[in-house]
Amino acid sequence: MSPMKVLILAEHDNATLKPATLHLVSAALQLGSDISILVAGQGCAAVADNASRIAGVSRVLLADNAVYQYQLAEALAPLVVQLASDAGAVLAAASTTGKNVLPRVAAALDVAQLSEILAIKDASTFVRPIYAGNVLATVQSLDAIKVATVRTSAFLPAPLATSGQAPIESVAIATAQDQSRFVSASHNVSARPELGAARVVVSGGRGLGSAENFKLLDPLADKLGAAIGASRAAVDAGYVSNDLQVGQTGKIVAPELYIAVGISGAIQHLAGMKDSKVIVAINKDPEAAIFQVADYGLVADLFQAVPELAKSL
Amino acid sequence: MKILVAVKRTLDAYVKVRIRQDHSGVDLTSAKMAMNPFCEIAVEEAVRLKEKGIATEIVVVSVGSDKVQEQLRGAMALGADRGIHVQAGDDLESLNVAKLLKAVVDKEQPGLILLGKQAIDSDNNQVGQMLAALAQLPQATFASKLEIAEGRATVSREVDGGEQVLSISLPAIVTTDLRLNEPRYAKLPDIMKAKKKPVDIFTPEQLGVTVKQHLKLVEVNDPPARKAGVKVASVAELVDKLRNEAKVIA
Ligand SMILES: Cc1cc2nc3c(=O)[nH]c(=O)nc-3n(C[C@H](O)[C@H](O)[C@H](O)COP(=O)(O)OP(=O)(O)OC[C@H]3O[C@@H](n4cnc5c(N)ncnc54)[C@H](O)[C@@H]3O)c2cc1C
Ligand SMILES: Nc1ncnc2c1ncn2[C@@H]1O[C@H](COP(=O)(O)O)[C@@H](O)[C@H]1O
Repeated sequence: MSPMKVLILAEHDNATLKPATLHLVSAALQLGSDISILVAGQGCAAVADNASRIAGVSRVLLADNAVYQYQLAEALAPLVVQLASDAGAVLAAASTTGKNVLPRVAAALDVAQLSEILAIKDASTFVRPIYAGNVLATVQSLDAIKVATVRTSAFLPAPLATSGQAPIESVAIATAQDQSRFVSASHNVSARPELGAARVVVSGGRGLGSAENFKLLDPLADKLGAAIGASRAAVDAGYVSNDLQVGQTGKIVAPELYIAVGISGAIQHLAGMKDSKVIVAINKDPEAAIFQVADYGLVADLFQAVPELAKSL
Repeated sequence: MKILVAVKRTLDAYVKVRIRQDHSGVDLTSAKMAMNPFCEIAVEEAVRLKEKGIATEIVVVSVGSDKVQEQLRGAMALGADRGIHVQAGDDLESLNVAKLLKAVVDKEQPGLILLGKQAIDSDNNQVGQMLAALAQLPQATFASKLEIAEGRATVSREVDGGEQVLSISLPAIVTTDLRLNEPRYAKLPDIMKAKKKPVDIFTPEQLGVTVKQHLKLVEVNDPPARKAGVKVASVAELVDKLRNEAKVIA
């Protein structure tokens, strides 16, 4: 394997390391064998400890400082740029954090950034979706440092090391900035699994008709231990919150089972779910485009079919 | 305050994309083109800020072939005051676009720069962030709400798992998400008026930017097709298939 140095941005919230990081490590190992994980945040030592237990990781770089508390791009990008100077590649998850920070890093390094890579052909050639996933582009980077966000669902998670742990090195670099200040955050707390990581996703569309009706999906999701998702039309109509949107401009999911209820199957929605292993569609319109990608299509009134399905599980 | 809005000409969102037979790229010959939907939202936001008296002038800029002037005119019909066309190829890499926009920012000195969060052709989601790096300005990406007061912008951002609110100093880069606003349609008299609004044209040389290649498109392919599924006649049959054929439920 090439000795290329790869720098990974850990995906975390200061308290826990997100599973996306495990997927990033396995993508990184396709590029090189010298893997550093950067954990930048505040009070995030436990995250660094978790990161150091992933198999294949050479070292964890811990930048624990108030300036990194919210991982603001203005603070984080200069740090990553400095740490990337001897790296052959810099990877982050194609999460809202990765997408926010990595292009800023790439431009500061005067290199291109590849978005949402799905496959690695060789150390400089990547496959990524364009046109809402309707086209796959194979792109070669001519830059010395490859900077890419990774569609984590396209890479298997790296296992945890069976013994031992990578060294954790503290990184002291921190520059205060006042261009950007954190004001507040609201997190939609849910007892359900995270949309991006769930084994089963039940998504609802405009066909549900109202926020009240959308709750019809709860018993079904409960039975399946599923995350809940939605089409843009359902989000725009206020049935559920923004962060549940699946599609080109929302979340990309690839669960074992995706159940689309009252969703017509616009290309922008398909972009977010068509790599699911098994797709079920419930729609009263037999011509709905969603049936063209569904493994199992049920032409039915959702108001009857969904409760019946929940009951029979 | 002057607002600069960057708009991209892209394939219409509702048109089916075709790849060239030799897999060298996407076939756009005689395809229906439009302003990138996220850029429409950026233009709309600028117009609303002008209507509120916060913006005094809206300058719209696009980088590409002469055809991008259609999108500049479209933005001017919606309320932009003048246009800047930077002449370049239509598939210029993001970093080059960002460098050209940086030169325009230096020239125009806007108080706020609005871009779409993502172009729906390349799905890159990066020009705004790159421009922010080059111009050393703060950035608020994926904006769903924008308020300007006392030299700062307060921006709500759509992030994984919820919403984040930032306060950034001006000038700043803001990229738009879908729910920032609902763009209006241009009225016929405004479309006529837009034809008379000024458009300045620059080459990369005139802006002092050397375009450099960082990426090589090797080939494009259709994504793997899903094999045709079946229709089931009842909920009972669906459950049976999921349990015994797909084996995805217990
Ligand atoms: C730039 C851009 C980005 C976009 N990004 C996204 C994105 O990320 N995600 C996304 O989802 N969309 C996105 N869209 C929007 C997309 O084009 C569609 O408008 C949207 O997906 C439609 O949502 P829907 O299927 O819920 O609604 P509709 O298309 O209105 O479909 C509703 C469906 O429900 C069915 N139905 C109604 N009543 C019942 C019933 N009682 N029983 C059973 N079925 C019923 C109908 O037959 C219909 O098929 C984007 C669009 C643009 C332009
Ligand atoms: N050629 C271009 N000309 C003007 N603006 C552009 C161009 N390309 C991208 N942009 C802007 O950058 C945003 C994000 O594009 P991208 O990073 O390519 O996904 C777009 O919505 C535009 O606002």
